Amino acid sequence: MTPLALRIALIHLRARGRQTLVSLLGVATGVGFSIAMAALMQGSQLDFINKIIDATPHIMIKDEFRNPAEQPAARRYADGAVALDGAKPTEELRGIKGAGRTVTQLEAMPGLVVAPILRGQVVIRYFGKDEAAAIVGIDPERHRRVSQLAGDIRDGRLDDLHTAANGLIMGDGLARKLGAGMGDTVTVSSPAGVVFKMKIVALFHTGVISLDEGEVYALLKKVQVLQDRQNVVNRIYVKTDDVYGAFDQARAIEARFGYRAESWDEANQDILEALKIRNVIMYTVVAAILLVAGMGIFNVVSTITFEKLRDIAILKSMGFREADIRAIFVLQGLIAGTAGSMLGWALGFGLCQIMSSIEFKVRFATDLTQLPLYYSPWHYAIATVFAMTAAGLAAYIPARRAARVDPVDIIRGAA
Amino acid sequence: MTNEDRQPLVVARNVTRVLPAAVPVTLVHDIDLDIFGGEVMAITGPSGSGKSSLLYLLGLLDRPTEGRIEIDGADTAAMNSDALARLRLERLGFVFQFHFLLPEFSALENVMIPMRRLGRLDEASMTARATDLLGALDLGDLVRKRPDQLSGGQAQRVAIARALANDPAVLLTDEPTGNLDSKNSAAVFDIFEKLAREDGRAVVTVTHDLDLAGRADRRVELVDGTVVSDRHQH
Repeated sequence: MTPLALRIALIHLRARGRQTLVSLLGVATGVGFSIAMAALMQGSQLDFINKIIDATPHIMIKDEFRNPAEQPAARRYADGAVALDGAKPTEELRGIKGAGRTVTQLEAMPGLVVAPILRGQVVIRYFGKDEAAAIVGIDPERHRRVSQLAGDIRDGRLDDLHTAANGLIMGDGLARKLGAGMGDTVTVSSPAGVVFKMKIVALFHTGVISLDEGEVYALLKKVQVLQDRQNVVNRIYVKTDDVYGAFDQARAIEARFGYRAESWDEANQDILEALKIRNVIMYTVVAAILLVAGMGIFNVVSTITFEKLRDIAILKSMGFREADIRAIFVLQGLIAGTAGSMLGWALGFGLCQIMSSIEFKVRFATDLTQLPLYYSPWHYAIATVFAMTAAGLAAYIPARRAARVDPVDIIRGAA
Repeated sequence: MTNEDRQPLVVARNVTRVLPAAVPVTLVHDIDLDIFGGEVMAITGPSGSGKSSLLYLLGLLDRPTEGRIEIDGADTAAMNSDALARLRLERLGFVFQFHFLLPEFSALENVMIPMRRLGRLDEASMTARATDLLGALDLGDLVRKRPDQLSGGQAQRVAIARALANDPAVLLTDEPTGNLDSKNSAAVFDIFEKLAREDGRAVVTVTHDLDLAGRADRRVELVDGTVVSDRHQH
């Protein structure tokens, strides 16, 4: 039965060539744009995640707590009827207590690499120009293992921090704003009132303006003195072998040490959520395109069923079942869906090629960039399943009507 | 052998068909018929007397509101639409006033459609049988022609060949000569006679043409949906 139904379906579609072509192009457009959009969306998402994973610590332990400490009175009289107003918590010195011990214990955990940090604010002056910046105190040997800083250095080396008495690694954007360069000495003032003369021993460039124009690095010990916070660290950077398990590991670290431990995905939760919403919007748009394509198929199959009522009647009088008639017209939709999908594959691939060749400059970034695309057969499969479902449903409605045609009515009408 | 000694191919008992409407319309009323193989039966009557309605009921294209129809001893009343379709495919053949050939298919392919649906023969056997059927109806040279390349008489003969494709026991025809001239009409009726006499099929034909009806073995006359006469003519 199927080859005959297929043959009749093909003949019917050929007889309605122009209309079939339009509906087929509708499917192709939907599938093609779906593939291109999916490649772009997933590509940009993965690119973004990879950048986060590469550029930031997988887990950052901060000198703060997720929940404020409970007042002793509230703890003692949890169910008491007395309300405490205006209780002031004890002022605590910021910083991670027992950071050295914490670092040692973290390093003993399998798959983790750890670096202690002291981060603070400074004002940098160079020949009358003042610029505010974040200063990050690092241990170069440890920091090399948790950060891409060494790779981002364009001039000089990370180890050059050891070669000068007060060495400073500066973002190239900040240096440009100050008019300073390699080997120049700048004046660095901290909120604690300590002022250092520091020599620029290296320049880095990440491509992210906020970092290139707003961060400097120095040895941890120097920054502790500059901030007047001897032996204090306020961040511990952790890299893990299991990047996508960072959230659970951060929770475990937080439970063990008490300090807030934020994984990369928690820190960027809002953006990751936005990416999910963006995907939903994208697939909604694609579904809408395919819905319109489905209407095209509905239109062509409806027209054919109307034109072929006599044929349907005679086929039924010959002994074709309703299911046989339905199959003929559903096949027409599926043929248009299949051909449209295959055209859409070519269109989608072509669009990806075009998009991948476009170079442009992103605001807030200093480099030319290309659209990040991710090629996956799943994009083709998902778009095709969408298209075939839309085509099948669109054809089924008129096919069902055609199958229910009463041959007697048609034959009487023709007589 | 007389009809009394044989089993009828088609039996209609108390068949009534009423169209539901605000004022119900009775198409046929209380019809009793036994139709045997080897006979050509003409159904005649004035327009609107229920001839075609009776034919569609006998051909299982319509269902009676009362009474029952048996084909080869099988009561069709309880059959679902798929079973009725199967019975039409295997045991019944239709020819209508218009040939209703599928316009995109050749004469040969049109004849092969019911065979393909039945699926009992391989491609070569189907082609051979369709070619034989068309040849027997003097259409041997036209097997590759499409319906729009055939004359009215030729197209109607292709429709007859298509109706015979699955070797049905009963051929039901509705004004098959209505669009043909007298010469072609006579030729078509010759074919019906041959199918009944030589192949033992039952041929039931609805016709307005009293000359042709006069050639039938049996003539059933309807008036207002009721059989008013049922007589053997030869």
